Amino acid sequence: MKRYSVFALAREALSYHMGWERAWRSPQPKAAYDAIIVGAGGHGLATAYYLGKNHGITNVAIIEKGWLGGGNTGRNTTIIRSNYLQDPSAAIYEKARSLYETMSQDLNYNVMFSPRGVMMLAQTHHEVRGYLRTAHANALQGVVTEFISPTRVKELCPILNIDGPRYPVLGALWQPRGGTGRHDAVAWGYARACSDMGMDIIQQCEVTGVRSEGGQVTGVETTKGFIGCKKMGIVVAGHSGQVADMAGFRLPVEAVALQALVSEPIKPCMDVVVMANTVHGYMSQSDKGEMVIGGGTDGFNNFTQRGSFHHIEETLRALIETFPMISRLKMLRQWGGIVDMTGDRSPIISKTPLGNCFINCGWGTGGFKAIPGSGWAMAELMAKGEPGPLAAEFNMWRFKEGRFIDESVAAGVAH
Amino acid sequence: MLTLECPYCGVKAEETELAPGYEAHLKRHGPGSTDEAFEAYMFARKNPKGVHFERWRHAYGCGKWFLAARDTATLEVFGTYPAQSSGPPAELIEKIKAKRPDWKGF
Repeated sequence: MKRYSVFALAREALSYHMGWERAWRSPQPKAAYDAIIVGAGGHGLATAYYLGKNHGITNVAIIEKGWLGGGNTGRNTTIIRSNYLQDPSAAIYEKARSLYETMSQDLNYNVMFSPRGVMMLAQTHHEVRGYLRTAHANALQGVVTEFISPTRVKELCPILNIDGPRYPVLGALWQPRGGTGRHDAVAWGYARACSDMGMDIIQQCEVTGVRSEGGQVTGVETTKGFIGCKKMGIVVAGHSGQVADMAGFRLPVEAVALQALVSEPIKPCMDVVVMANTVHGYMSQSDKGEMVIGGGTDGFNNFTQRGSFHHIEETLRALIETFPMISRLKMLRQWGGIVDMTGDRSPIISKTPLGNCFINCGWGTGGFKAIPGSGWAMAELMAKGEPGPLAAEFNMWRFKEGRFIDESVAAGVAH
Repeated sequence: MLTLECPYCGVKAEETELAPGYEAHLKRHGPGSTDEAFEAYMFARKNPKGVHFERWRHAYGCGKWFLAARDTATLEVFGTYPAQSSGPPAELIEKIKAKRPDWKGF
């Protein structure tokens, strides 16, 4: 792999930029691998990357039904934060956030991590109490957050209307080291680094069956033929239930659509990420100038990658009180992704009933921010066969045992 | 927009009039059941990519719960029926089988 640098840029400029090599190879699958990861989204690629980097396992294939990073990795609102209430969540999201800080250097690929700060508005007294509690919890967890006053909110984000008639801003939970990243670049950067380690990224290759023998996976049937493996990782987000079904076990997940949209590009007007969970909308400004807006999930099972139109209306209607200036903005694009929701709104990084098959799913509406931490924990689980401290609490048997990591109560919404 | 016909009042209700209630025909388990049965009742869901039976409430209409058969991969609605049913009506199953020959059945 040729490294990207200012010197490489200068060198390639001399040949009119015709000499750049492809960022990753697109090989045909080999007959067998040490490990197969199903799903080349952010989480799958990060898992593969840390399998190689931290554990020295590089005979790995990453199999993708569509194209690399074309699922939820390319469909989110790119927000990165770790201000969670529960200890296991804070630990893995903070690990992820800290890995984002050095990801561009680590991967030699600019993922445009922008620690511009994330504020979660408190617009009811209940939320004030909730976020004060989260701020105290974060202090104990080593996550830097603070509860700030409405005056400070207005200083940080002048376009906010803090005196709305229905939902005035009473304060906010502020995480200065949170921010945004370039979502596609995260997938591309990991893919390039994985390919460089000798891993095979096989796109347009759908898994159609899982072959197992005596409680161990022996390989996967795909549209490009049978591929054998010694270990298998399922990292497929919305279709986790379908792949688990092929492997012969059930998951406590349901797939629903989550939408986001962007406005026409405007001049810079907002240099923080704002989440308003009571009215249920969140917004940031992309480097292109578009306002990136997200809201809530649809309330029914859906695999179509498009959501209900009225949810867009609800999200925008809610945000207009808090951001009066967006009332005349035209919205440019809208899209949906299929998210896999668990009963407690926390992810699953777990062993499965099949001894050498592992699953990473259930990230629901909060997957992008977790990509490096999730990959780190999943790689450790796959390499050692036992979960490390980051993944231990997220096993799939917690639902039976009643040990929930209840972020649905802690975060309420939009998490 | 998703449109479901309420089997009670006959109104073709738009999605904004309805409240979703997820999977239908769950078998209720409680005290005295095994841990596995209770976990399955609480958390295990079919979550099919295809034909799905689910609960809906005509929230801004007659207010009653009813059941619907819908395809989660295409959003096609096969039909609705009253909530006082232990399983989907036979004619609805026939209709779905005619449209989805690969469907494994309820």
